[in-house]
Amino acid sequence: MKNNIINHISLSFDAISENEAFARMTVAFFMAQLNPTIDQVEDVKTAVSEAVTNAIIHGYEVFEDEDAIQHELCTHECIDKSQNHEIHETETNMKNSINNSTKKQVHMKCKYHGRELYVEISDDGVGIKDVAKAMEPLYTSKPQLERSGMGFSFMEAFMDELTVTSEPGHGTTVKMKKVL
Amino acid sequence: MSLNYCMKDDEVIYFMPEEVDHHSVKNIAAELDGLIDSGIARKIVFDMTNTSFMDSSGIGVIIGRAKKLKYFNDSSVAVRNTSDRVNMILKCAGIYRIVTKQ
Repeated sequence: MKNNIINHISLSFDAISENEAFARMTVAFFMAQLNPTIDQVEDVKTAVSEAVTNAIIHGYEVFEDEDAIQHELCTHECIDKSQNHEIHETETNMKNSINNSTKKQVHMKCKYHGRELYVEISDDGVGIKDVAKAMEPLYTSKPQLERSGMGFSFMEAFMDELTVTSEPGHGTTVKMKKVL
Repeated sequence: MSLNYCMKDDEVIYFMPEEVDHHSVKNIAAELDGLIDSGIARKIVFDMTNTSFMDSSGIGVIIGRAKKLKYFNDSSVAVRNTSDRVNMILKCAGIYRIVTKQ
């Protein structure tokens, strides 16, 4: 009886929201080999969707819209609005870094060993200063982007184990496990 | 070109897509905010008939619109035709404390 098969996949993709569905489908197809129930597939897809979204939004701090850019400029840069030239230059730099976000990647590793499924989602982005705080239910560092702060709660609810490793400036790794 | 919503007086019935995630909610928020900001909509019904997947971004977009509308009199936000799974997610996230289930 083949119940101790080990299989791995490893891939990287651009940190853009278009790839959130792709990541869900990838893990669904990978775990299909284990004949999971529909609920199990949906659970894992949801957890992966949360982790990948976090990497894209928080890891690489991609600004979602003009309002968010302005918010960042005013609160973090403390630029005097009368200095139009400086604003223009900072905005251009920010937009360039946004345009370069396609060079930023999310890494996904999936593995199964018998009935145990492991998924690891990591990024090389800004990292998390206080992981415990980040994982508090309803906490979000980006309320202006309408983030519900429930990502980690969802991951914990739908997977059996969750560990988050991160260091400011050194990216974040989310490891999840589910026994099918 | 098909619209994602239809209007009845000041109520917009918004047909949520098959997958509600961070990517798809950008468009949902933009469309609904356009209707709210222009004064056309004061009531929203999120119709989830076609929705088979939703993550916490869906929670965010629903709460976001509810927060926006609460400043207006006679406003309301409701959700209808959810699948069992989506219903469970909304219930566990406490959404039904803020939004009506039709």
